[in-house]
Amino acid sequence: MKAIETHNLTKTFNGVIIAVDRVNLSVEEGEIFGFLGPNGAGKTTTVKLLTTLLRPTSGTAKICGYDVVRQRSKVREKIGVVFQEPALDTELTGRENLDFHARMYGLSRKEREERIEYVLNLVDLVDRADDLVRSYSGGMKRRLEIARSFMHSPKVLFLDEPTLGLDARARFTVWNYIKRLNKEEGITIFLTTHYMEEADKLSDRVAIINNGKILVIDEPEELKNRIGKDVISITCSHPEKLREIVERTDLNVVRTTNNLLVVSVNHGEEKIPMIVEVANENGIRIESISLHKPNLDDVFLHYTGRKLGG
Amino acid sequence: MKLRELQAIYVMWARQMKRFVRAKSRVIGNIVQPVFFLAFLGMGLNKVVALPGSENLTYLDFLAPGIISMSIMFSSAFAGISIIWDRRFGFLQEVLVAPVSRLSIVIGRALGGGTVALIQGFIILIISILLGVKVKAILPAIPFMILSALVAVGFGIMIATFTKDFQGFQLIMNLLLFPMILLSSAFFPIDTMPCWLKVLSEINPLTYAVDGLRGSLMGYNHFPLHVDFLIVLGVCMGVMFLSSYLFNRSEI
Repeated sequence: MKAIETHNLTKTFNGVIIAVDRVNLSVEEGEIFGFLGPNGAGKTTTVKLLTTLLRPTSGTAKICGYDVVRQRSKVREKIGVVFQEPALDTELTGRENLDFHARMYGLSRKEREERIEYVLNLVDLVDRADDLVRSYSGGMKRRLEIARSFMHSPKVLFLDEPTLGLDARARFTVWNYIKRLNKEEGITIFLTTHYMEEADKLSDRVAIINNGKILVIDEPEELKNRIGKDVISITCSHPEKLREIVERTDLNVVRTTNNLLVVSVNHGEEKIPMIVEVANENGIRIESISLHKPNLDDVFLHYTGRKLGG
Repeated sequence: MKLRELQAIYVMWARQMKRFVRAKSRVIGNIVQPVFFLAFLGMGLNKVVALPGSENLTYLDFLAPGIISMSIMFSSAFAGISIIWDRRFGFLQEVLVAPVSRLSIVIGRALGGGTVALIQGFIILIISILLGVKVKAILPAIPFMILSALVAVGFGIMIATFTKDFQGFQLIMNLLLFPMILLSSAFFPIDTMPCWLKVLSEINPLTYAVDGLRGSLMGYNHFPLHVDFLIVLGVCMGVMFLSSYLFNRSEI
């Protein structure tokens, strides 16, 4: 049985805005599935559909075999969620927030005590557990939310931009928790992010979403291999013109945007002089050139024609 | 009814109790305002207003149950509407993805808000007695206090499912709840109202809650007490089911 399975899942708002457009997904048990896309691509709406907070306009979705519309309470028993915006009661202490959660999920007194201690230890919040959440830093709130999300031992964990707004160290810590949860508790993880590095480091497979549509799903390595061995990004005065010239050679053009031309090649360092040469011959002024190994940012650019961060 | 649902109701209630105990300034604010009404309006108009059909009841005696009702209803309605806050600050999502029926969530919320409102209502009742209000009996008033709290919380939850922002909430408070309380006979008796106001008062469910409370506390009522009770009970059940239905249907 699949952990998550959707069939033409669609959500429109006010009959006009198509937030999620015929999404087809299939996530295996025990997998970390990355959902990568820019802000406004439909990631959060998809999470809300899969976690029963929104009802699909059309199409279906199943979590562990249960339909998100007809078997909502079954689905709710199987999932844990960390929402994009903090969903804590800041007037309660960390421990009280966890206790609230444990009771909502029907844990017995013994289970509550054990699990609360266990998860507090795992996210290193034991010392601050009895302080009001109002006094927590952003990173601490996130850790508390992650701790809370798997207290009731869910089968599938949804993490909506779990490291948004965190500094590098806090982000790294969160990544470690995610990996541990997946390895040690065997939880299937559905992770949305607009940080390509995050999707790359954590996910077994990545789906790239833009304007509500899934463009491609594959393992991060495969996605990068599709582009080529090296990527050269050239900022210049006439990228379209340079593109025409370059396309006559054996170079593979990924995309042009504004004043940027991206090509993928083998032995990139040897191709740079040639590019500079043909640019000069045709009166194209080059502002900068960079050579790097392909990353998911390039993959995103390849499929959408725009940069992920921008 | 599964054990989990009861536990959910309990924890929704307990959460509001904790918040209530911690928010001291808000509690004081909620009590001071009705006490001002009671002391200044009641004392000020005490010698001006003569009540029809009762010589030994002063205006202050008449007003006290009205102010207690008003404070219970405002406080409860506010507890219901504060779902908007939970939605805004994200906590509502945590509640809504839990495997708990919407009815339990609404009941838990109503009991939490209702308990807070009742505590405040009792404090104002005690202050009224200290101000010299001649209370006849307290026990029979308790059902009316509980029911009006639940009606108002449910009403607040219904409003919260329609309005997504604070402005909408302000508008509804001012345009709906405030006139309903003014017309509920909390401040002036039904007997002396002009005909058209009387009609509005009689279709206003809050009238029966105020009248019932006044009848049981002071022995001064317009409708028979059992009529008051049955109408308020019916309205309470209707509002509870309607609010959990609307809450269940609403999306985040």
